[in-house]
Amino acid sequence: MTTLEKVRQRAESDAKTYGYYLNPDAKFLQDLLEGLKKNEERFGYPACPCRLASGKLEIDRDIICPCDYRDPDVAEFGACYCALYVRKDVFEGKIPVQPVQERRPLEKQTRSYAVSPVTPVEKKTEPGTTVAKQPSEIKKKLWYCRQCGYVVFREDSPYICPICKAKREMFAEIALRIDEIG
Amino acid sequence: MKIEKVPGKNNKNKVFLYALSTCAWCKMTKQYLKDNDVEFEYADVDLCSEKELDKVKKDILSKGGSLSYPVIIVNDRILINGFRKDKIKETLGI
Repeated sequence: MTTLEKVRQRAESDAKTYGYYLNPDAKFLQDLLEGLKKNEERFGYPACPCRLASGKLEIDRDIICPCDYRDPDVAEFGACYCALYVRKDVFEGKIPVQPVQERRPLEKQTRSYAVSPVTPVEKKTEPGTTVAKQPSEIKKKLWYCRQCGYVVFREDSPYICPICKAKREMFAEIALRIDEIG
Repeated sequence: MKIEKVPGKNNKNKVFLYALSTCAWCKMTKQYLKDNDVEFEYADVDLCSEKELDKVKKDILSKGGSLSYPVIIVNDRILINGFRKDKIKETLGI
């Protein structure tokens, strides 16, 4: 079982590693850490406390804290979506913490709202509704950073390379090809 | 869907809040409404059943909102995404 202290230490250590700060408002921070703890207890992983998680790892992978969107959000807005991680100027109070517009694509958000098909008969599709993909349909690919060579096996390439900080545009898909010889 | 009602003296508007039980921004929004004695109802979406979730999604999207919490709906027609204090203040006249 995880404790609030463990959740705090993990966040502090991650902030230090990546040059971020934690939310300077003690009460705000406490609420965020408690939310992360609750999500870790109910899902087995610390999904973002401010987003609706599905409880299915494959669907929630991009919103496990620190989420895929943290780096571009902190860079652009000074804070991540839930405001756990902030930039130095925000930490120092020079810029207030403001709500950040959701960067996660709608297509991924709606997966948490999908009614799981119990039987094929019940699977009715109304016109105009999009059926969210089931975990098994999420296609993972191999991506590599053309700048430093970092390789990742995920649905999408990262916004920023965690190793060399190259932008998403530097990532390319690795196409696997099997040649038969002889 | 479990809907909680928070009583308040300022009840001239019908205020409904879709929130997440773990979300710090949602918590702040609830507190802000309480501090201003605004009567409101709320539902914690992460505690809803899958069937209810589909209804919640349709309700928010049909009102032109995004699935970003908190979602504040005033008088069934004005929707505010996120704890945007100025916007809430202006809409509710507080």
